[in-house]
Amino acid sequence: MITFESVTKRFADGTVAADDLSFEVPEGELVVLVGPSGCGKTTTLRMVNRMIEPTEGRINVNGQDAASVPAPTLRRDIGYVIQQVGLFPHLTIADNIATVPSLIGWDKERTRKRVEELMNTVGLSQEVAGRYPRQLSGGQQQRVGVARALAADPPIMLMDEPFGAVDPIVRDLLQEEFLRLQRELKKTILFVTHDIDEAMKMGDRIAIFNVGGVLEQYATPTDLLATPANDFVVDFLGAERNLKRLALIPVSAVEPETRPLVSSDDAADRALEAARESGTDWVLVSDAEKRVQGWVSADDLDGQGTVGDAEVHPFGHFVTQDESLRAALDAMVESPLGVAVRVDGDGRYEGVVTHNTLTGELK
Amino acid sequence: MAQSVFEWSWVVENRGDIWAQLAEHIVLTAVPVGLGFLMAFPMALASIRWPRLYSPFLGVAGVLFSIPTLALFVVMIPFTGLSKATAIVPLTLYTLLILLRNTVEGLKGVPSHVREAAEAMGYTRTRQLFRIELPLAVPVIVAGLRIATVNTIAYVAITALIGQGGLGNLFMDGFLRQFPTPLIVGLVLSVMLAVAADLGLLGVQRVLTPWRRNPG
Repeated sequence: MITFESVTKRFADGTVAADDLSFEVPEGELVVLVGPSGCGKTTTLRMVNRMIEPTEGRINVNGQDAASVPAPTLRRDIGYVIQQVGLFPHLTIADNIATVPSLIGWDKERTRKRVEELMNTVGLSQEVAGRYPRQLSGGQQQRVGVARALAADPPIMLMDEPFGAVDPIVRDLLQEEFLRLQRELKKTILFVTHDIDEAMKMGDRIAIFNVGGVLEQYATPTDLLATPANDFVVDFLGAERNLKRLALIPVSAVEPETRPLVSSDDAADRALEAARESGTDWVLVSDAEKRVQGWVSADDLDGQGTVGDAEVHPFGHFVTQDESLRAALDAMVESPLGVAVRVDGDGRYEGVVTHNTLTGELK
Repeated sequence: MAQSVFEWSWVVENRGDIWAQLAEHIVLTAVPVGLGFLMAFPMALASIRWPRLYSPFLGVAGVLFSIPTLALFVVMIPFTGLSKATAIVPLTLYTLLILLRNTVEGLKGVPSHVREAAEAMGYTRTRQLFRIELPLAVPVIVAGLRIATVNTIAYVAITALIGQGGLGNLFMDGFLRQFPTPLIVGLVLSVMLAVAADLGLLGVQRVLTPWRRNPG
């Protein structure tokens, strides 16, 4: 856990980079500091491991006042990843990763095993262990940077735009991999970015900073989008705020609505009856196992014997409970019925998501 | 009597003396460069630790470097006579400017993100200097040693005027007797010594910096 208690940083030239900050990074959570350049987010990060000392206030790291621990000792318990990676060019990849273990005096065998394990964890082939940093691609170097930060298994990590220097495709990949890793490792992480989309994707909580080191709002991504504190936050969250909110809500969070479902063996008259009862001019069609096959319109059912005799229109997409409401919206606008059909993992009918459900959720 | 430009027989007759002068030349180069580095290195570390010292250090080294060689020898003679020290002290002082400047610039040239990462990993200041910054400064430091060495090899010849001089004695001999053979021998050996020293130091740098070689 990291706690900021009324922390202020004023530089010699009078610039204020942190203005009376008080907030807490809960154990095992990833907190993103985001804001325009000059908002002091990097300064705030660097005060945690005392690369910069606060002017006023105190920072508690794992229950200890950071200022009471000698800086090198404090830093060996805090992983650190930066955009430029900062690998040591004269050391091999293995030696780079082994930096902190060798500083705290692990024996050779333990270090070697740990390096091997970490290279697997971050997706580096063992072949590169003996190479030098300049022989690696940018994405590989960033993986080494993450491995080096994790080497001595520190409870806390500081990450300053860690995926900022790689191309968008690699960045996406590294973000996904890191999130997967973090679900396992449950580190307490402070993460700096200027990119609100990255913040939304990575953060359990987000701290939005304004120029002059002012913390404008500290909340979960969902709360931030639902109840932005002021105009600055609204502006910073950018356009399509509702779409971003929908992207953060899983389909499982809303109650599915029901629509008429018939089997292809059922009589057409029964299907027409079901449509009339629910006030639609179509019915969903499933097989005997309740697996949704498509839909038929009431017009097509007229004069047919069974439902199967009419033309069944297939769906392009279904949604499952783990997908987001944004995916449901996508399925909704694609289908002429204006609803997204929700199925389980085996394709069995669970209900539908409608426009009203979404509007209700965004209120 | 007509003389040919180069008389091989002279070389054969005097080979013992020629080797001795060459050895002398090497000593008069290696000792000042070595001593110079021993002085410049702590000055460079101090200049990094307390940046305010760098300007005055550089100023003093620069003034020393600008004093004419002969003048400095003359100043030394009352204290050290015509001994080796009279040659070595000025030659040492001449190396300071280059060695100090290159060591400081080499250390300053370490990328700031590398320095930042080392600090954030929990390196202590001293350990960071010796494990991270100095190894990365090696190419620039060795470049300084190469220039200082080649310069010193040239300066050593002048110390023949105060009874030292190594290969410089061969120049003097040839000049005073209007006899070109020793002059040519001295010149060729002096140039070969400079080239060999330069390549040798380059080799040392290669060995110390395996990480700079091309990706395999």
